[in-house]
Amino acid sequence: MSDLGLPAAVETLRRVREDPHRLGHRGHGPDSPVEGAGHGATGPARKRIVVGYGFWIFLLSDIVMFACFFAAFAVLRGATAGGPTPRDVVELPRVGLETAALLLSSYTCGLSFAATNARSLLWTQVFLLVTGLLGLAFVGLELQEFISLAARGITPQRSAFLTGFFGLVGLHGLHVTVAGMWLATMMAQVQVKGFRREIVHRLICFNLFWHALDIVWIGIFTIVYLMGVTP
Amino acid sequence: MSELEYDPNLHTAELDAREDHAPGDEPEESAGHWVRNSNLGLGFSIVLTLAAFLAVGSHLIWGPAVGVALIVLAIGQMGVHLVFFLHVTTGPDNTNNVLALAFGILVVFLIVAGSIWIMGHLSHNMMPMDRLMQMQP
Repeated sequence: MSDLGLPAAVETLRRVREDPHRLGHRGHGPDSPVEGAGHGATGPARKRIVVGYGFWIFLLSDIVMFACFFAAFAVLRGATAGGPTPRDVVELPRVGLETAALLLSSYTCGLSFAATNARSLLWTQVFLLVTGLLGLAFVGLELQEFISLAARGITPQRSAFLTGFFGLVGLHGLHVTVAGMWLATMMAQVQVKGFRREIVHRLICFNLFWHALDIVWIGIFTIVYLMGVTP
Repeated sequence: MSELEYDPNLHTAELDAREDHAPGDEPEESAGHWVRNSNLGLGFSIVLTLAAFLAVGSHLIWGPAVGVALIVLAIGQMGVHLVFFLHVTTGPDNTNNVLALAFGILVVFLIVAGSIWIMGHLSHNMMPMDRLMQMQP
């Protein structure tokens, strides 16, 4: 107490000024080090963090792949070869329904993870089921769209524009289909194995995947559908 | 006491407020917090989606500006999804996630904008098809 506490205050002020968020320093300092925080001498990051972050990197690479399809679509948009134009392809009411189904499924997916955090088996399963049914409705609507387009002679081989259209929208539909299978697998695993650590990690990854598909759909309904009918 | 008794990876179920977090994950474990986030995300998304469909369906926006409005609304909704559904925030525990996202956005921008730019130039500088046909021997 000889120095009236001044040096400590000055030291704190200096540390806050230099690094307000203490980036890369959490788990150190006055608080006791956190095991598994992944910083400095506190050991490797927890598996939950490693798994989630790794899946995030995969999702970003998936989004880069979608970007390639978006780029192809944008470049080939005008190459209709005298065939159907974007305006002939778009049916806004159905797109509205698809968007509603996917957005609501994203919502119920978030609720299912809330139930997972509350360790409620019943509500996790209920919300996962609702998510799956909404995803199924989305895929069904999209299939119906593709079939009705094909019936009008609008197929991928008709023009470069249609190749880009079916490639981009179809790739997203394929993702939703595969995610639906993953969802069914997760429901079975949650039922049989319960909320074990690795099961919760998989649920985190599934949530991320499902939400990322909704983000890609925002790009599709904006660029492909809505901008297809704007002058 | 065996040497194998301590395994830091054993304690992976609970998160600490002081460590970094992966996307879709937070130290907050109460269900109410996640439900509130989902509700907010859904509310904002509905408003933005309806605005996008209205922008096309009605004549509230000056014709040539509709495209720009749609892009802005889409970017806004993607931001809402990132924050409320994927829990990617600007907080210090999210630095790594945001950096990875920033790199992803850079690559996406380069691919899309670069393709449109280059292919636009190519098609602009290409000889019209009828003249190309005349040049055939």
